[in-house]
Parts: sequence; structure tokens; C-alpha cells
Amino acid sequence: MTDGIPAAPGTDAWFHDGPDGFVLLAGRCTACGALSFPPRPIPGCPNPDCDGLEQHPHALSTTGSLWSYTDARYVPPPPYPRPPDTEFSPYALAAVELDAERMIVLGQVAPGVAVSELTVGMPMRLVPGVLVSSAGVEERVWNWRPGA
Amino acid sequence: MSRPDSVAVLGVGMHPWGALGKSFVEYGLVAARAALADAGIGWRDVQLVVGGETIRNGYPGFVAGSALSQALGWQGAPVASCYAACATGAQALSTARAHILAGLADVVLVVGADTTPKGFFAPVGGDRPDDPDWLRFRLLGATNPAYFGLYARRRMAIRGTTEADFAAVKVKNARAGSLNPYARFRAEVDAETVLNSPMVSDPLRLLQICATSDGAAAVVLASEEYARRKQRDAVRIRAISAITPEYPRTVPDFPYLASDSAAISPPASRTFRESLAWSAYESCGLGPEDMDLAEVYDLTTAMELDWYEEIGLCAAGEAEKLLHDGATALGGRVPVNASGGLSSFGEAIPAQAIAQLCELTWQLRGDAGTRQVAGARAGVAVNQGLFGHGAAMVVAHA
Repeated sequence: MTDGIPAAPGTDAWFHDGPDGFVLLAGRCTACGALSFPPRPIPGCPNPDCDGLEQHPHALSTTGSLWSYTDARYVPPPPYPRPPDTEFSPYALAAVELDAERMIVLGQVAPGVAVSELTVGMPMRLVPGVLVSSAGVEERVWNWRPGA
Repeated sequence: MSRPDSVAVLGVGMHPWGALGKSFVEYGLVAARAALADAGIGWRDVQLVVGGETIRNGYPGFVAGSALSQALGWQGAPVASCYAACATGAQALSTARAHILAGLADVVLVVGADTTPKGFFAPVGGDRPDDPDWLRFRLLGATNPAYFGLYARRRMAIRGTTEADFAAVKVKNARAGSLNPYARFRAEVDAETVLNSPMVSDPLRLLQICATSDGAAAVVLASEEYARRKQRDAVRIRAISAITPEYPRTVPDFPYLASDSAAISPPASRTFRESLAWSAYESCGLGPEDMDLAEVYDLTTAMELDWYEEIGLCAAGEAEKLLHDGATALGGRVPVNASGGLSSFGEAIPAQAIAQLCELTWQLRGDAGTRQVAGARAGVAVNQGLFGHGAAMVVAHA
């Protein structure tokens, strides 16, 4: 299922692709249950009233509703990858609200979906995505796609 | 009347904004000398220098207070430099104010100056996968305008705002900016031109997003007693709130990739942006109804409308009506961005909040020329930056 595609830099343990599908992994405080995405790279809980130090991986809901969206018509500056010998292709970005977690998670929208196909409030689902690095190497990221 | 919580604005000065390609130190020097002259004091009278840092100008940028002190000629005063993203200037002012209120200094020079690259702001160099600012560019290609686009589209969806509403904000600010000699963009713009400018991040077009600029602003702050002796005690800073968000943040503000989760902890009754102005109001006992004008951080036209509601100029959902009634234009009930705003200046990060104070000071002194807000006695300025930064200031007549 992973196709052997390595996780993009900085995203180790941010998602998991297993027999049950592709999921984003939040950090969940073992003391108070607070969720963080991305998982915190440092010990400690984001809740100011909690002194918990330990976080366990917690699979987030893979569906939500579209909180907002936009796109990028111009090439972003580095470190956004510029694969060799390829034209820049504009991409849409989605902010998706997960109901159970009451959390909004950003992501690129799957290739080929234009902003004209998006509406605030519509159901969205998580899918694996691919980013091509400036060295031309495929990297695993997450994407959002319309659909329940 | 003297109040224990106020400091006087003794003098203000700016270097014109632009894309000029000179050292930020030169801009800062010009602004500092202008502020000292306006205050009627000499450089050797200054007892503390606070510099707003710039992160795109090497080591001198990180030690901006020192770079400016050396440029003016070492005279031995203590120095501080601080960085708070787009709220840098406000934090520098807050530091200066705290020293004065604590009795540690009578006269403080605050300077913010920047030289910025053209185009999108980018993270500082190097591979840093533990830096949220690096990650949002590397993984998502999420530039500042992309985040602005998310907020603008959200407003359109929940408030019914149209592209034409956004364009009307630009038309208003360009008109005010055309009257400001320090603004970079001084041409009036019509709505059609705005709506035909290239789309950058849907639904925002080029003329609805503020540019990046070079520029500098400086102020001299003083204790009440010192200002009285100099007979420069007309304008006072009554409050500065330079605060952080309360967990959980309910909005995916940049540079983060997600909001906090509100599943375990309910959100605070005010959003972070709302809390900025309201905490300043509450600390000085003035409210939005007392404000004669406002300078708000219009990184985009859409964001200006959000601020109207967040700083209490109108109820939630009524910003478009306030705009179209002309209340926030020059000559209206409460002009917003009488300076022309970021829309007319472009953003010179560490200078921008200080420039807001310069404008409020000119307006309250009656020195704002053709863009003067008649009879202005109190004003508010507000800004927000990356990494949980933001600030508001309330400035009023004595």
C-alpha cells in the first residue's frame, strides 16, 4: 500500500498506510487526551492546564467538511520542490474540519481538482498524495479530495 | 490629566516606503532623525534604544537596535532588539513603554526598518524540518497569500461577502494612500482594475494583497513628566496589548498546518484576533465607541473587513454594510486606514506597527494634512503576525 514511497521530509510518523487505509496520526496526550497535528516534536502537552509529557499516536478521522479552500496560481518560493524538467502546475489547498476532533487540518487537494469544484461545507476525505522533490524523487504526503 | 498607565508620544518620523534597494539601516537612520527632530530633542538625550528586528538582513537585522545605535553614533544608551513577526514594531513599543512606566527611562527611541525581497516571503534558508514555517512551504506550498485566500473564502461562505466588496476596500485605501507622502502606492484605483488584476490565491487578486516593501518608522516615547517639560504631551499611548493566543486556537493561522483540537478543551469566548483589541480596550477603560479612527493590518482587503468586527467597530456580519455606508472612509464616522494602510504602503515588517502609531499621532495632533480626520481624539491600531503574535494599541489625547 505504501508503494515504497518514503515519507516527505519532516513527516515521519505523521501518517500511516496500512490494511485499513491511509490515516493521519495526531499525537494524543496520555494524561488529558489533547490532540496535536502534526504530532509535537517535543515532549509536553499543548493544553496549558496539563503537565503531561507523553504523547501516543492517534489516528484522526479520514473524513470531514471543507472549512475553506484556495489555490496557488504562482510558483511558491523554495523550499517548495521544483522537480527538474517539469512545468509548475497550480494546485488547490483545503482546510478540512474534522467533526469528532473539532480540528481543522490543511492539505493540498488531490491533483486535477480545481477550486471551481469545491464548496465550503462539502464532505472531504483523506487520500495519500505524492510530492516530487527538487531531485525528482517521489515523496509521500497527504491530500484531501471531495467525497464522503 | 496624568495617568499612571500612559506614556507620551514625543515625536514621530518615517522614511517613505518603496522598493528602493538600500540598507535597512539607512531607512531607519532617516526615520530616527525625523522622530528626534519632531520631538525637539537630540540623539544624546535618548536613554534607551529599542529596535524591531528584521530576519532577512543578516546579523545587523537581528541586532537592529545596535545597528541603528551605531549608525547614529555610539552614545552609551542601553539597547534592546526584539522580534514578533508582523507585530514586531508593537512589541518594540511595548518594551519601550514598560521601561518608561517602570521608571527605568524617561526618553526612549523606537525604530523599525526593513529591506525586503520582491515577491512571496519565504522561510529563512536551510533545511529545517522541525520549523513549521519551513514545513508549510516544503509540504503544502502554502504561501502567506494562500492562508489569506483561505480566510477570504471562509468570509465569503459565512457572510456572503463578494469580490466586489473586497475591491471596494482597495478603492477606499488607495484613495487615502494617494494623500500620504510616505505611502509607496499613491495612485487611486478603481474597482474594475482591482477585479481584473491577476488571481494569486483564489479568491484574492494581486491588488487585494499587500506587497512587500522597504521602509522605516520611528517614534520617541517619554514619561509624562518629561513630555510636560518639553510641552509635547498631547498624545498618549493608553494601552498596548502584545499577547499570545489562548488554547485551543480554533483557526488554522499561519504558519501552522492545523488548528488546535477543541474536542477536550472548549475554545475561549473570544478568538485571538478579537482578544487583541479588547484586551487593550479593557486595560485603559476606553472602548470601540470612543475610537475616532483605526489603523488595521490589511494584509488583504478581506482581512480589513474581518478586523472591523474583531475590534468592535460593528457587530459580526456587518462589516460590508459599514464599508458601503462610507463609515470607514475618510470623512466617515470612524475612518479605517486613513494612512492608506498596508494596501498603500506594502509591508516593511518591523516598521509597520510603528508606522500605525505615527499615523495615529499625526491624526490626533491635527497634522495629517489632506487626509486629516476632523476632531480625532482617540484611535486604535491592531496587527497580527505568524507564530501566535499580535498586538493592539490605544492612543488618545491627554
